[in-house]
Amino acid sequence: MPEFVLPEVIDDFLFTYQNLVYSLGIHGLLALSMYVVLAVGQLSLGQAAFMGLGAYASALLTLKLGWSLPAALAGAMLIPAAAALIIGSPTLRLSGVYLALATIGLGEVQRLAFVNSDFTGGALGLSGIPTKAGLVSIYGSLLVALVLLVLVARSKIGRAMEAMREDELAAGALGINLPAYKLGALVASAMLAGLAGGLNAHVSSFISPNDYGFDAAVTILSFALLGGLGSPFAPILGAVILTLLPEVLRSLANYRGLVSGSIIVIAVMFMPRGLLIWRMGRIGVSSRRPS
Amino acid sequence: MSAARLSLTHLTIRFGGLAAVDDVSLSVAPGTVHGLIGPNGAGKTTVFNLVSGLLAPSSGTIMLDGKEIEALPSWSRAGLGLARTFQNIRMFAQMTALETVMTGMHLRMKAGPVASILRMGRFRTEESAARDRAYEILDLVGLSQSAQLRSGDLPYGDQRRLEIARALALEPRLLLLDEPAAGMNPSETQQLEDLLGRLKQQGYTILLVEHDMHFVMRLCDEITVLNFGRKIAEGRPEAVRSNPQVIEAYLGTRVAKSLAGGS
Repeated sequence: MPEFVLPEVIDDFLFTYQNLVYSLGIHGLLALSMYVVLAVGQLSLGQAAFMGLGAYASALLTLKLGWSLPAALAGAMLIPAAAALIIGSPTLRLSGVYLALATIGLGEVQRLAFVNSDFTGGALGLSGIPTKAGLVSIYGSLLVALVLLVLVARSKIGRAMEAMREDELAAGALGINLPAYKLGALVASAMLAGLAGGLNAHVSSFISPNDYGFDAAVTILSFALLGGLGSPFAPILGAVILTLLPEVLRSLANYRGLVSGSIIVIAVMFMPRGLLIWRMGRIGVSSRRPS
Repeated sequence: MSAARLSLTHLTIRFGGLAAVDDVSLSVAPGTVHGLIGPNGAGKTTVFNLVSGLLAPSSGTIMLDGKEIEALPSWSRAGLGLARTFQNIRMFAQMTALETVMTGMHLRMKAGPVASILRMGRFRTEESAARDRAYEILDLVGLSQSAQLRSGDLPYGDQRRLEIARALALEPRLLLLDEPAAGMNPSETQQLEDLLGRLKQQGYTILLVEHDMHFVMRLCDEITVLNFGRKIAEGRPEAVRSNPQVIEAYLGTRVAKSLAGGS
């Protein structure tokens, strides 16, 4: 990573809040990964599992094979993508909750596999992962992902995705290939979650199987539920709020679960479209009629 | 007579013991408006769902331009030129009317993810052309003033016409309209009739389910009547109107007999 000279104030701030700043970026990526699936009207509870696959893949590639960070992160995206293809192909042909069920299953299978394999360090996990990721790689990845998603949303792909979410039958009747779009979205979301996992492994230096369980999956889902789906910015806002909240409410530490749970319930009941209801246009050019 | 645009042969679908559509055959000639009528529960919408691919038939064939389509999913049928509207309006409520119509052009647009991300010239040209065409279609159905409004906020009658606009964006070879006048007030119904008249003039082929009899009689070239899933009559509107079996199906046996006796 190139060295940047930062003003002292920022430097101090980063030193104190380094973990929080990293978490914000990584949670932003996870929120985007959740958004991509929800944007086509599907529910996945496997984002934490995809993240775990990415974390383990990149950690093992660096630890055992000595790969560089960019190469390890590429691995962190491709392996979850392969897992998404394998569970998505059969389940996405069906409509309903099959994907949600299959992805819960993926999370459990993966956790048990990591716990029981010596290769992945068993229940103790992997430690001594070189901390090669940092501000630039995390926020660079987040920015690139955000820009790509904004551009794709403002095209026929974005229109097709929103149409599927609003009314799958009508979207299919317009010629939108539903299984292909659902699978594409799941694979893209697995890559984003895997990338977040890879970055996480390379800033925290230690990962364990229990970091990527059902709790984490629900937290990632709540980022998007709180933020909304009107644009890719909305789930990031949700992630920022739900990441900062435990810090702000540190005095309520004992009631943290209660407070954040209540916030989610209130958000879902009274703001079904999330906090950021602004909806991004879906046309790639000006929507005005040329005179 | 030229080859049929749509032909159904011995089409049947059973739900458990009930044959909702029972051995129905019909054919729609290109450039005509074909009405599908019958009392509630006669199986009209089920025929539409079979033709558009939301249901799979128990037996029988569906041919579009001579090609068997009954095994294809709905999106592939759309690719062959089949478009439909729904009895209960199915809007993309958050989208603007303009975006809704552009969504109907999905299959006509070729730019993939890479071209969309790189905002290549090809992508911009295609998006502009689609937008301009969408405005023309909105003109045709009389909604261009509402182009920037949320589809879900439009008045009921406008939503029905927007659904037709969305289907027209497909440049369909066959347009299936499921009760387009349902719930409309008389002036909205009149607007709709004018619109369908214009579509007919432009050469669109339409299969129409509708309850408003005057509407159907004025608009259709040919009518098929269903009752309890079976075809009970077909022919030109004036012939169907005076068919005793049709009167019986709509009004009951006693009224039909008294009408027959009285005339």
